[in-house]
Amino acid sequence: MTKELELLGSYKLVLGLEVHVQLMTEQKMFCGCSADIWQAEPNTHVCPVCLGLPGALPVPNFEAIRKAQLFGLALNCTLNQNSRFDRKHYFYPDLPKGYQISQYKQPFCENGHLDLLSGNVADIERLHLEEDVAKSLHEGGKTLVDYNKSSIPLAEIVTAPTFKTLDDAVDYCKQLQNIARSLGISNADMEKGQMRLEANISLRTADMEARNELPKYKVEVKNINSFRFMEKAVLAEVVRQRELLEKGETPKQENRGYNEATGKTVLQRSKEEANDYRYFPEPDIPPMFFDEVYINELKSLLPELPQQMKDRLVRDFGLTKEVAHALVDLGGKDLAEKFEAIVKKGNEGRKVANTLLNKKETLEMTVDQVDEMLKKSSEVINDSAAISAAVEKAISANPKAVEDFKAGKQNAVQFLVGQVMRETQGKAAPDVTRGLIVAALEKKSAQQL
Amino acid sequence: MKQLNELTIIEALEGLKQKTFTSVALTQACFEQIEKYDDVVKAFVTLVKDRALAEAEEADLLINSHGPEIFEEKPLLGIPYACKDNYSTKGVQTTASSNMLKGYIPPYESTVTQKLKDAGAVMLGKTNMDAFAHGSSTETSDFFKTINPWNKNKVPGGSSGGSASAVMSDMCIFSTGSETAGSIRGPAAWCGASGFKPTYGRVSRYGVVAMASSTDSPGPIAKTIEDASYVLKIIAGKDPLDATSSPTEVEDYFANLNNIDLSKIKIGKPKSYFEIELEPGVREKVEQAIEKFKELGAQIVEMDLLSPKYSIGVYTILQRSEVSSNLARLDGIRYGNDRTNFGFESKKRIMLGTYTLSAGYYDAYYSKAQKVRTLIVDDFNKAFNEVDMIIGPTMPCVALNLGDPEKSPMFGELMDVLAEPSAIAGLPGISIPCGLSDNMPVGVQLIGKHFDENKLGAVAYAFQKATDYHLNKPNLEGLK
Repeated sequence: MTKELELLGSYKLVLGLEVHVQLMTEQKMFCGCSADIWQAEPNTHVCPVCLGLPGALPVPNFEAIRKAQLFGLALNCTLNQNSRFDRKHYFYPDLPKGYQISQYKQPFCENGHLDLLSGNVADIERLHLEEDVAKSLHEGGKTLVDYNKSSIPLAEIVTAPTFKTLDDAVDYCKQLQNIARSLGISNADMEKGQMRLEANISLRTADMEARNELPKYKVEVKNINSFRFMEKAVLAEVVRQRELLEKGETPKQENRGYNEATGKTVLQRSKEEANDYRYFPEPDIPPMFFDEVYINELKSLLPELPQQMKDRLVRDFGLTKEVAHALVDLGGKDLAEKFEAIVKKGNEGRKVANTLLNKKETLEMTVDQVDEMLKKSSEVINDSAAISAAVEKAISANPKAVEDFKAGKQNAVQFLVGQVMRETQGKAAPDVTRGLIVAALEKKSAQQL
Repeated sequence: MKQLNELTIIEALEGLKQKTFTSVALTQACFEQIEKYDDVVKAFVTLVKDRALAEAEEADLLINSHGPEIFEEKPLLGIPYACKDNYSTKGVQTTASSNMLKGYIPPYESTVTQKLKDAGAVMLGKTNMDAFAHGSSTETSDFFKTINPWNKNKVPGGSSGGSASAVMSDMCIFSTGSETAGSIRGPAAWCGASGFKPTYGRVSRYGVVAMASSTDSPGPIAKTIEDASYVLKIIAGKDPLDATSSPTEVEDYFANLNNIDLSKIKIGKPKSYFEIELEPGVREKVEQAIEKFKELGAQIVEMDLLSPKYSIGVYTILQRSEVSSNLARLDGIRYGNDRTNFGFESKKRIMLGTYTLSAGYYDAYYSKAQKVRTLIVDDFNKAFNEVDMIIGPTMPCVALNLGDPEKSPMFGELMDVLAEPSAIAGLPGISIPCGLSDNMPVGVQLIGKHFDENKLGAVAYAFQKATDYHLNKPNLEGLK
């Protein structure tokens, strides 16, 4: 962050991201080939369709469509009821049809957003589905093509020029990764190429930022395969663009690639050489319509997302935002689930969180082992009288919990247990505490009737 | 007494069932005819005699071991056919008559040829066509020109010219064609065959080298409409491999051929289809055919329909756009032939289509053409509120002389003007012969509602039962 500010000088960063995420499906996007291609022998997962042989036709994979739509819902997007595929044309050896089946005018999902740790909001323009291209291998002056990857389903998530800091951009990407994983739609492993980034970078003055005015150019850096790579590439562009701007020049709109060795970006393609993709509606696939019933069904399938889980951990277990973030975002789905399992065994939330985050040895331990360790270490207060005072205090301090309890929300009890635990520094016996809270709440409800 | 190769499907099936002759004899007879006349006619680009005879032998074995019941399961068992060269045939070179695909042997079978194979049909070989179906005369084939069996100086029409010529030269019992706009009906009309262009989506396109994906319709070319209906029933249906194929139920077009009361049929005669420049001989024969339909009890009503001339522009833009996209896969990296192998006509189409899809021109051309297409569809829908089907000439003139089409860059579009409106609307159409003009066949076409193949076939069959135009055959000896 400091380095970034230093390099920017008086300029402000304008950053937009295009993120490609391979979706995990049984079959490829438009054919029946198995999509389980990791480490498979080259050209063993191929058929007339993904090889683009004359006469072969694409048939859309509904599993991929549904997963893309779930992804979109998780990113707070609107699902389009009318959607279709389009052809995007360009020539490259790894593109066997001479066009990629993608979505142009009517993507599955549009207008989403994601809350960032900094308090900023990432503005998401669209999520669309397309087919991945094949893989080119350059060996001994020859180019070899492995078509296993051809037509693997790929979700592309495009943001507005929404990021003002690299931290926000990295946070956004990590959240995307977590969401994809918690939905079970992708491992989004960047090392395996399951998640790839493209950054659109430009600089503007503070005045422009205040007026919400965008620069007249943007530089696109493609094929970014790690967060570290993204940071380096963006910073290299900041340096280059600032130099030009300070000389009174406007950087050219172009595609550039980051060179690890020199730490600089190099021109790949200028605006004049830009492809005209000649998009037009894919005539081999009829337009699609999704009715309200289907969309509502999909919404009901959406599991708890990382953001919702963090909110719940803060609410129910009295964790701080930072601790919840550490558990859910940094630890991943497994750690958060482990946390909940241990808490269910009657341990106090904050204590469990602290143990899991600070004692590395617990990573290797099972839920039961951690539970045992925690119980041994705590001097449990079993004395009802001692706990009662804390219970009374918690109940009178949280009238909303009482209301919730009356409304039948069992979470209220868990919440109050958390409060008592906080008060007693985690020493109150959970089962005794729970019993006392329920008794007190029931008494209170009866009185008010 | 007919030679075996002259038989229709229905006649040949009868002989095979009765064991009057074998499939091997039938297949041999076709090859004898091919060997005798194809040097001149040049209908075939590839012959697979050994494979065909092996298939025929297998058919004979099945007939011998199972008896006539086997035909219920395999309704084309032992029947030799010729296949247009744009159908992907596993292990048999498939070029769409182009140098670009010369030497390409597909590793997979098209749905239509698979269905024919499953039905027991015997494939004799692949027929010549305009390269990638880009044309209406079969002269743009990168290999050689096919002639019209009625006159060796005339073109057979196209793009399924090889298929129509092979049928009318009795080199096969039936053939497969494919139509984007006129490519089945046109050559059927100019060669005197019966062509059935089904509704778009009625027959799977899987494995047919794409020309214009939004209108390509595979279909049969046969000696009679009875035969064409028989084949259509076998190849039609929803295909899980073609997302644009229709789940609409397939009716038994053949069994229902007699199931019609012509007095309850109202046939529209669009004024606009007779206002374009028609050769007098064509006009006369088509008018006579219309009189015949009246005689048979059908009600003929004059009607308004958008002039087919509007379809020329719409069709040209849509088709060129889709062609430029569909041929992009032939980028010179695979298939062993670089892009200099594209013929003149294909290059022209790729260039125009690339232009009409370009940024800044898309709205003016492609997008506008799609809007007009919708108007044309609406116009037909309105017409079909009033009539059951539409009648008109298939082609504005009889077959042209070889070489003439090359003189007109828009030759195909102008010749196919009467097929284009129904093609871009995805409607089914039939062309059947209705007499000769200057000793060349004239075709009359019937255009029906979407998925109304049943009625269309039955009305055409009623005409063929009452006339013998479809029995006219060219004098092949005269070609030599």
